[in-house]
Amino acid sequence: MENSSSAAPKPAPFRPDSVAGRLYGWVDERLDVGSLLALGMKKRVPEHQHSFWYYWGGITLFFFLVMCFSGVLLLLYYRPGESSHESVRQITYDVKFGWLIRSAHSWGATLMIASAFVHMFSAYFMKAYRKPREFGWWSGVVLFVLLLVFGFSGYLLPMDELSYFATKVGLAIPQVIPGLGPWISDMIRGGPEIGSYTVSRFFALHVVILPALFVPLMVFHLVLVQKHGMSIPESEEKKPIAERRTVPFFPNFAMKDLAMWLIALNVLALLAALFPWGLGDAADALKPAPLDIHPEWYFMSSFETLKLFGQFISGEFGEFFGLFVFTLGLVLWTLIPLFDGESKAGVRGRLATYFGLLVLAILVVTTIIGYAVLPAVH
Amino acid sequence: MSEIVENPPHPEPDDEAIPGPLERRAFIKVAAAALGACYAGAIGYPVYRYLASPIEQAASVGAVNEVTLPDALNLPKNAALLFKFGSAPAMLIHHEDDTWTALSAVCTHLGCTPQYEPAEKRIFCPCHGGVYDPRTGGNISGPPPKPLTLYLVEITDGKLVVRRS
Repeated sequence: MENSSSAAPKPAPFRPDSVAGRLYGWVDERLDVGSLLALGMKKRVPEHQHSFWYYWGGITLFFFLVMCFSGVLLLLYYRPGESSHESVRQITYDVKFGWLIRSAHSWGATLMIASAFVHMFSAYFMKAYRKPREFGWWSGVVLFVLLLVFGFSGYLLPMDELSYFATKVGLAIPQVIPGLGPWISDMIRGGPEIGSYTVSRFFALHVVILPALFVPLMVFHLVLVQKHGMSIPESEEKKPIAERRTVPFFPNFAMKDLAMWLIALNVLALLAALFPWGLGDAADALKPAPLDIHPEWYFMSSFETLKLFGQFISGEFGEFFGLFVFTLGLVLWTLIPLFDGESKAGVRGRLATYFGLLVLAILVVTTIIGYAVLPAVH
Repeated sequence: MSEIVENPPHPEPDDEAIPGPLERRAFIKVAAAALGACYAGAIGYPVYRYLASPIEQAASVGAVNEVTLPDALNLPKNAALLFKFGSAPAMLIHHEDDTWTALSAVCTHLGCTPQYEPAEKRIFCPCHGGVYDPRTGGNISGPPPKPLTLYLVEITDGKLVVRRS
């Protein structure tokens, strides 16, 4: 099983004289499915003590498929514009199982961003960004940013109180950019205030523009993984090649991947069914912001960091300074393959690890502070 | 799923009592298929109900047996008005002899909404030229295969009520 000769015979997944086998043979003669299957059996995936992290890209992909499926279903009843809140109310309370579809979409968003976080940080700490995989890292970072924009734009669509104010706060941030700031915010909002034009813009962004950018980039990202193979961590690189273990992609790794997808599906189903996503009152511009106003968890860190900066540096400059620090951090994060390109556990390699740990610590601590200081409102 | 061809049936002759590898493989196959069917059902059923929801709602709206038309008595003679009977359009005609006819306004050919033509005293469907009798709903000419469904009209206490017959 360990030996895979280069001229392997074509795999036959069904008995050739059975109905399935004859159907398969008919399709294979025309589309050459067999060579694809042979490729999957020839391709090998490294196996070592950190292999667990290899599954998180696949889990993120699974949640993406869940988002596409549940998103298309929501599209059937959602109406952007003036009646956005009413249509989400109908989906949640009137349409059969609408609450479940919507809950799966909202929980799916949370789980997808969470698994993308794990995937990105595990790739970072295993130094999977090093030559020749720089473009894999860069496409991944852009995909992650697009994912956050997906989350931000989708959050407004129900147009309830919380999403209204969260978006209001979020869109006030670019306003501190000198010169162009107010213009940028107005263009995103479609006016000086958040209203039905903003919902329509966010809707177009969420269901057309972002997918049109995301899907080709994701394909590029996946093609690169096929091209370069899995990256192995430094601990594994030190071993002689004869001691490194691998398993065939098909069926061994694919079956474990499938098992992970099933676990992911079960977690999603439990969360969506047991903790249905709520819907607040319709947004009202004349009502004050709720006391426990806060963004989704994946923006909590930046929300709290901006608040902390605002306490030390007063006025608009504090916001601007916070935005500047975020941008700088993201640029450094993106360019890490250039700083830590070829080092093999050298000083530069360790510096990159410390930088990663620092980023992770800041994200975790500010998120915890953010939730800790929320006033308890019942 | 993939390796039947590579593994010929177990050669040992005395494996009837003890389940051999082939039985285990067959069992796992059946169990996996059953589990897959459970998942497909658990996802498919809510999705089906979600998609079918408006149809169920329309069915409950359409399940009416009578409609009261308060302003219908103001309708001039030799004129018609369209109203909703459940979820489908229907037509009320006030004839010149002061009698009333109510019938379905869904053409039996391909479902267009026909109109009453006072000058011709006929119901005409412009889509494919179907013609119906305004008193009986009978299909007179053109492609309609069946007459329009007739409803009962009752006038009590100055109110006009249309009922399913």
